[in-house]
Amino acid sequence: MLGAAGLAAAETAVRTPAFFEPVAEPAGMILDYGSLLVATCLGIFIVVMGLLIFTIIRFRASSADDGLEPPQVYGSDQLELAWTIVPVLLVVVLGLVTAGRIVAIQRDTAPEGSLSVRVVGHQWWWELEYPGYGFTTANELHLPVDRTAFLELESQDVIHSFWLPQLSGKTDLIPNRRNVLWIEPKETGMVVGQCAEYCGTQHAHMLLRVFVHEPDEFERWAQEQQRQARTAPGVEEGRALFARTACVNCHTVRGVSEIGRFGPDLTHLMSRTTLAAGAATNDRANLVDWITDPNHIKPGARMPAMKLSEREIGLVAGYLASLD
Amino acid sequence: MSASSTPGNPSLTGGAGATFAGSIHEWVTTVDHKRLGLLYIGSGLLFFLIGGVEAALMRAQLAMPGNELLEPQEFNRLFTMHGTTMVFLVGMPIITGFGNYLIPLMIGARDMAFPRLNAWGFWMFLFGGLVLYMSYFASMGLYGAGTAPDVGWFAYAPLSGRAFSRGNATDYWVLGIMISGFGSISGAVNMIATTITMRCRGMTMGRLPLFVWMMLVVSFLILLALPVLTAAQVMLLFDRFLGAHFFDTQAGGDAVLWQHFFWFFGHPEVYILMIPGFAYASEIIPVFSRKVIFGYSFMVAATIAIGLVAVGVWAHHMFTVGMGRGLNIWFAVITMVVGIPTGIKLFNWIATMYGGKIQMKTPMLFCIGFLGQFLVAGLSGILLSGAPLNWQLSDSYFVVAHFHFVLIGGLLFTIFAALYYWFPKVTGLMLSEKLGRWHFWLFFVGFHVTFTTMHVQGILGMPRRIYTYPGDRGWAIWNFISSAGVVFQMAGVLCFLAAVVLAFKRPRRAGPDPWNAWTLEWSTSSPPPAYNFLTLPEVRSRRPLWDLKHPHDPDWEHE
Repeated sequence: MLGAAGLAAAETAVRTPAFFEPVAEPAGMILDYGSLLVATCLGIFIVVMGLLIFTIIRFRASSADDGLEPPQVYGSDQLELAWTIVPVLLVVVLGLVTAGRIVAIQRDTAPEGSLSVRVVGHQWWWELEYPGYGFTTANELHLPVDRTAFLELESQDVIHSFWLPQLSGKTDLIPNRRNVLWIEPKETGMVVGQCAEYCGTQHAHMLLRVFVHEPDEFERWAQEQQRQARTAPGVEEGRALFARTACVNCHTVRGVSEIGRFGPDLTHLMSRTTLAAGAATNDRANLVDWITDPNHIKPGARMPAMKLSEREIGLVAGYLASLD
Repeated sequence: MSASSTPGNPSLTGGAGATFAGSIHEWVTTVDHKRLGLLYIGSGLLFFLIGGVEAALMRAQLAMPGNELLEPQEFNRLFTMHGTTMVFLVGMPIITGFGNYLIPLMIGARDMAFPRLNAWGFWMFLFGGLVLYMSYFASMGLYGAGTAPDVGWFAYAPLSGRAFSRGNATDYWVLGIMISGFGSISGAVNMIATTITMRCRGMTMGRLPLFVWMMLVVSFLILLALPVLTAAQVMLLFDRFLGAHFFDTQAGGDAVLWQHFFWFFGHPEVYILMIPGFAYASEIIPVFSRKVIFGYSFMVAATIAIGLVAVGVWAHHMFTVGMGRGLNIWFAVITMVVGIPTGIKLFNWIATMYGGKIQMKTPMLFCIGFLGQFLVAGLSGILLSGAPLNWQLSDSYFVVAHFHFVLIGGLLFTIFAALYYWFPKVTGLMLSEKLGRWHFWLFFVGFHVTFTTMHVQGILGMPRRIYTYPGDRGWAIWNFISSAGVVFQMAGVLCFLAAVVLAFKRPRRAGPDPWNAWTLEWSTSSPPPAYNFLTLPEVRSRRPLWDLKHPHDPDWEHE
């Protein structure tokens, strides 16, 4: 069952990433299972807490106490048996349900017709590769609605964890390993999440956004991403500066330089809503700020301040701001 | 070996007419189990204050979104030091301290089996703790990189490796914990040997106070779990200094291997810390309910069962690393099984109170708080054991709430209960009942404002260990409430400190047995003499003092 609250029309309005408002499978399946578990535990809580509170109130020593010791009861095998067997039965039932859910949710291989995405964790951003389409983007995942996306999770450095509470549970990205995760979005719109395994200084700013589109809208977005970077009129000088500084050692802009793998692919930078894995909104002013000194926006970020002149920064930012 | 190498008055202030230096010398060279117990507990409480300040700073930072009180690295160091401190330098020494102080008194012995090993263990622990805190000043070293460790208290590889943790901060973490671990291991050996070999006449295993039984199980768990951590830390040092590749993923090492090693220690560690809490509650609840413990043998069996299951559940900390279905199912189900013996204990404590005459003294208040909170901790543990739900809740604030319910709501509340309960025995002085109540209620309210709330942040998708968060996530108000609770908790702790000071300023004599209790430690004077008992006692039941007080209806006719 999916949450009644659909995604808002305003696509970029951030909503609380609460897992009890799922907009995809397996988050819906997990919520159903979780509700059963919570109901069971709530039942136990009420019974035991009731017993505890009753005992405290009923058997509190009165001020008019006679000073005699109460009857000493050493134990009761029947009672012990009762409060052993009942929990055993509960564990058997919950264990079977849990096993069933694990088998239902965990998948090792991509289902027929699924969309393949490769997610690589970096300190502190997400590399998102669409092998079927031949392009790479960062930090903002786009998925078609009602089609299973099969994600391969890897890490370039330390352990990260991919967590979008409204889409699925979290799965770690571990260097030297390949984990998988599937998501079948049921509603269009945007959901947010972030890295859930402590991964160093800027773990807090390793944010992730997911945009779920209608299938044709997704195809349009993917085609846009596939094309090479365009050079808008008036940014040639910035483009040339970008191409001959150290920017290209880490960043790829397809059509300019494709050797950089350490930083996010910037080919369609302005199609993204945020900078620095969600640390700032993606606009011209923040771009200037970011290039001037990344530590100002995201202390500890791996990108160095290149000590360009103010004019050069303006030119590079102008060029980057044209990469739609 | 002689039980007491320090002649003269064994009280807190040292020998009559002793100079200050002489008194320091006596404490530093002591091999007396009671003094070592107090040194353990005292240094644990000092580290508790430090760890508390670290927590308060983090809560101040998180009180508002986008707060810039702390730099990210400072915050990361704080949660690493807070977790490491509270587990290794607060929990471990305090439980070892109570064990040291009370086991010989409860089994009618004059000291621990190995008094010198005992002293060695304490100083290893203390120096380990100091090594860890040295990092704040020393680990800049030649590198100028980092001060205190910032890899989290479980130091996951490869973040803790050379490539991602430059400088020496992580080495201080490894060495500090390793050294204090040697202390814990020696303490466990000592407690086992003492319990097995030093019991007085008539003190069969079946008549051991539950406290001693539970510390025995804890000691075996320490022997089983801590060496695994030590070994893993040695491997990490090899990686960092000798170019080994156990966990170095850039050279083909395995990051998940560290997690298996760490949690094979780390999960039993939870029970190592929690079972002593059960031990205190099992002594205190009967006395203040005026009833014998309900189902003694079932309590012992449940403790052993918890100890056995505890070593088979470690990978429930790892449901998100991508284990296969089979392993996920095993660790989910076996974790739920822990709930069975734990539930048995809870029911037995309630049954002990049922039909009694419950006296709401401060130790009992803390025990009742413990019962309710531990119930919540156990149930949120069941929620986390369900692997699919764990995929949502793991590494979120829900987990933070859960383990603080275990370690504060469970362990710390029982430690406070134990402090109020045994303080008169240790000092011969009573703690103020009035300040005790203030302490309880302030701490109780503060605890729930902070940690009951934290479940909500987790359910709303807030991961742990983030130094800041955007204001548009809907977490701000909950974080503010969580932070506000800290004020009440601190006020509560201040009441405790005030009560201790007041006890010495305006002494009220406790006498040997202020609570009208039943175990052997209350049969000797308060504080006990260095040799504990003038003549070694002989017991015929689990409650020797009950037998003395009720000669017409002794326990041995019922056991």
